[in-house]
Amino acid sequence: MVNKSVWSDNRFWRRTATWVTGFASLLLIWLTFDTSTQIAMGNDQNLQNKVTKRVPGPTVINYKITYEFSPKRGLEVPIIGGNDGKGMSLFQEKEKFFGRDDYSEEEAGALLHLGKLGSQAKNCMDCHTLLGNGAYYAPDLTKAWLDPAWGPNGAMQALTGKNTKEEAMAEFLQHPDQYPTHARMMPDLGITAKEAKGLVAFLKHMSSIDTNGFPRNFGKIKGAIHGK
Amino acid sequence: MASKYLTGAGSESKQLATWYFTFAAIIFGAQLLFGLVAAIQYIMPGFLYGVVDFSIARIIHINALVVWMVFAMFGSVYWLLPDETGIETVGIKIGKLLFWIFAAAIVVVVLVYLLIQVGPADATTIWFITEGREYIEAPRWADWGIVVVALGFVANLFLTGMKGKQTGIVTVLMADMIAFAGLYLAGMFFTDNISIDQYWWWWVIHLWVEATWEVFVGAIAAYGLIKMIGAHRQVVEMWLWIEVTMLFGSGILGLGHHYFWIGTPEYWWEIGALFSALEPLPLVAMFIHVLYDWGKTQGIQHEKGLPESVITNKPAFTWFVLNAFGNFLGAGIWGFFHTLPQVNLYTHGTQFTSAHGHLAFFGAYATILVGMMYIAVQGTNGIKVMKHTKASIWAVSMITGGVVGMTVALTIAGYVQVLVSRAQMGATWAAYFDGQSGVWFAQAMDWRLIMGVVTFLGFIFLAKDLLTTGKNPVHER
Repeated sequence: MVNKSVWSDNRFWRRTATWVTGFASLLLIWLTFDTSTQIAMGNDQNLQNKVTKRVPGPTVINYKITYEFSPKRGLEVPIIGGNDGKGMSLFQEKEKFFGRDDYSEEEAGALLHLGKLGSQAKNCMDCHTLLGNGAYYAPDLTKAWLDPAWGPNGAMQALTGKNTKEEAMAEFLQHPDQYPTHARMMPDLGITAKEAKGLVAFLKHMSSIDTNGFPRNFGKIKGAIHGK
Repeated sequence: MASKYLTGAGSESKQLATWYFTFAAIIFGAQLLFGLVAAIQYIMPGFLYGVVDFSIARIIHINALVVWMVFAMFGSVYWLLPDETGIETVGIKIGKLLFWIFAAAIVVVVLVYLLIQVGPADATTIWFITEGREYIEAPRWADWGIVVVALGFVANLFLTGMKGKQTGIVTVLMADMIAFAGLYLAGMFFTDNISIDQYWWWWVIHLWVEATWEVFVGAIAAYGLIKMIGAHRQVVEMWLWIEVTMLFGSGILGLGHHYFWIGTPEYWWEIGALFSALEPLPLVAMFIHVLYDWGKTQGIQHEKGLPESVITNKPAFTWFVLNAFGNFLGAGIWGFFHTLPQVNLYTHGTQFTSAHGHLAFFGAYATILVGMMYIAVQGTNGIKVMKHTKASIWAVSMITGGVVGMTVALTIAGYVQVLVSRAQMGATWAAYFDGQSGVWFAQAMDWRLIMGVVTFLGFIFLAKDLLTTGKNPVHER
C-alpha cells in the first residue's frame, strides 16, 4: 500500500507497545527501590533515637501505641510512646507486654517472626483481612490491637477472665470456640500458648505500621458501641 | 480466512489442549462447589464448622479458580499454536509429561488443604501445608513444581514460535507468557515484614490479573475472531498491539491502587489513582473491537448476497462476546467504582472487592476460556459450523445470570459494610459485626447463595453440553 497511514501500521503499534511497556516497567522498578527503602523494617536504635519509621522495629511492642489524628497529614497515624500534641510520636511512654517492657531486639524479633509465621500457618487471611487484604468473613486485623473491644472497657477481658489486653487476646486465640462473640465463631486452629503470644506481638506490631490513615476514624465515632 | 491447518485430529498439541481443558472444567466445578459451601456459611455459620471451616472452603474456592484458569490458558495456547505457527508444537512429549505432574501436584495440594488444613507456626507448614497468602496459599514445594511446569510450557511455546510462523498473536503470547511465569517468583519468599510481604504479593496477583492475563485475553480474542468470523488478520493484530499498549501502559503502574494502605508511601495514591483510572480504557477498546469486527465481516457477507451468519461457532462466539462485555463491566466498571483512594479508604477490604472479584474473574477470564473449550470441541469433532443446543443456551444464561446476580447482591452487601461498619462506625470489631448483622447485609447474602446455586446449575448444563454436543447431529460438518 502506497499511502498507508502510520496509524494503521502494525509495526508502529508493535513498537509503541514495546516502548510503553518498557517505560512503565522501568518506572515501576524505580518506584519499587524507593518504596522498599521506605518500608524496610526499622530497629531498636530508631525507636531510641525517636526516628519515625513507616514500619517500626519489633521492639515497638515495648511501647504504648495509639492511633491519632495528625493535623499535618490530615489523617490518623500510629503514635508510639505518647503524642507531642502535634500528631508526632514521643517514643517515651512504655507499656507492659505480658508483664515486660524491656524486650531486646532479638526477643521481640523472635516473637514477631513466630507471629508472622503463625498468621500464615493458620490461614488468618482466609477469614480476616490484614492491612485490608484477605477475606471478609471476620473483622479486619490491621488495628485489632487498638480495638476498644479488647481494652479495659471492652467485653473481651471480662469474657476471657484476663486483666490485660494481650492476655485476653492470647487466651481467645487458643480457645476461640469457648468464647463465642458472634454466631460466626472462630474455629479452634490448634494455636499453642507460645504461638498465641507471637500472634499478639504480630498484631501489636501491625498496629504500629503507618497505613496512610486506613482504617479511618478507627473506634472513635460516636454511635460505635464502644467508641465515645 | 481462518487457518485450516490441523483441525484437531492428528495434532498432539491439540490433544494435549483437550486434556488441559478437561482438567480445567473439573476444577471449575470444584471451585463452584466450595464457593457454595462458603456462601452457605455466611447464612448458617454452623455449617461444616470445625470440618471444612470458611477459611478452608475459601482457599479451595479461590485456588481452584486460579488453577482452572491457568490450566485452560495453557490448553488455549496448545490449541492455537499449530494453527498459528503452521507446525506441530515442539517438545509435545515433555508437555504431556508436565501436564500429568501438574495435575497430580494440584490434587495433592488440594487434599492437604482439605485434610490437614493448618500447621504449627514454623517453616515446615510453609513448605508442606500452606503459605497462608491469599490466592497463592500453595505450599513452597508446589511453588517449585509450578515453576518447573511453567518453564516447560514457556519453552514449548518459544521453540514452536521460533521454528514455525511467528504471527503477531504468537509474538504477544511469547512475551506475555514469560512475564506471567516469571512473576510467580515474586510470591515465593517469607518475610516478617507484612508490608514488604504484601508489596510483592501484589506483584503476583495484580500483574497477573490486571496485566499479563488481560493481554493473554487480547491475544485469545484476536485468535477467536480470525477463527470464528474470519476477521482480517492484519486488522486484528493491529488492534492487539494497541490493546497491549493500553493494557500494559495502564495496568503495570495501576498496581499502585493496591499500595494505598499497606504501609507504602503516600505517592502511590496519585500513581495508583491515575493509572488504574485508565485501566478500563483498553477494555472499552476490546469491546468495540469485537463488535466492530463482527459487524464488518457480517456486512461484507451481506454485500455478497449471502444471508447466513459468518459465525462458525455460535456457543464459543457467544462466550467471546460475553467476554468483551463482561471484561469491561466486571473489571472496568466494577473496578473503577472503588479504585480512587478517596473511596477506597472506606471500601478497601469489604464485600465491594468481592463483588468486583466475582464479576471480573467471570467476565474477563471464565467467559473466554469456556469459549476456547467450545472451539476445542468443534475442532476435535470436525464440525464446520457449530450451533447452540438447548443445554448451551441454558448454560450461558444461567451462569451469566447467576454471576451477575451474585455481583449485585455482594455490591449491596458492600454498600452496607462501607456505610455502616466503616463510615458510620469506624471499622472496629463491634462495627464490623453490627454491619454484618444488619438485615440488608443478611438479605444480600441470601441472594448471593440463591444466585450461586443458579450458577452451579448452569455449570451442570455446561458440563453436559461440552461432553455431548460434539456428537450432536445439529451441527454442520
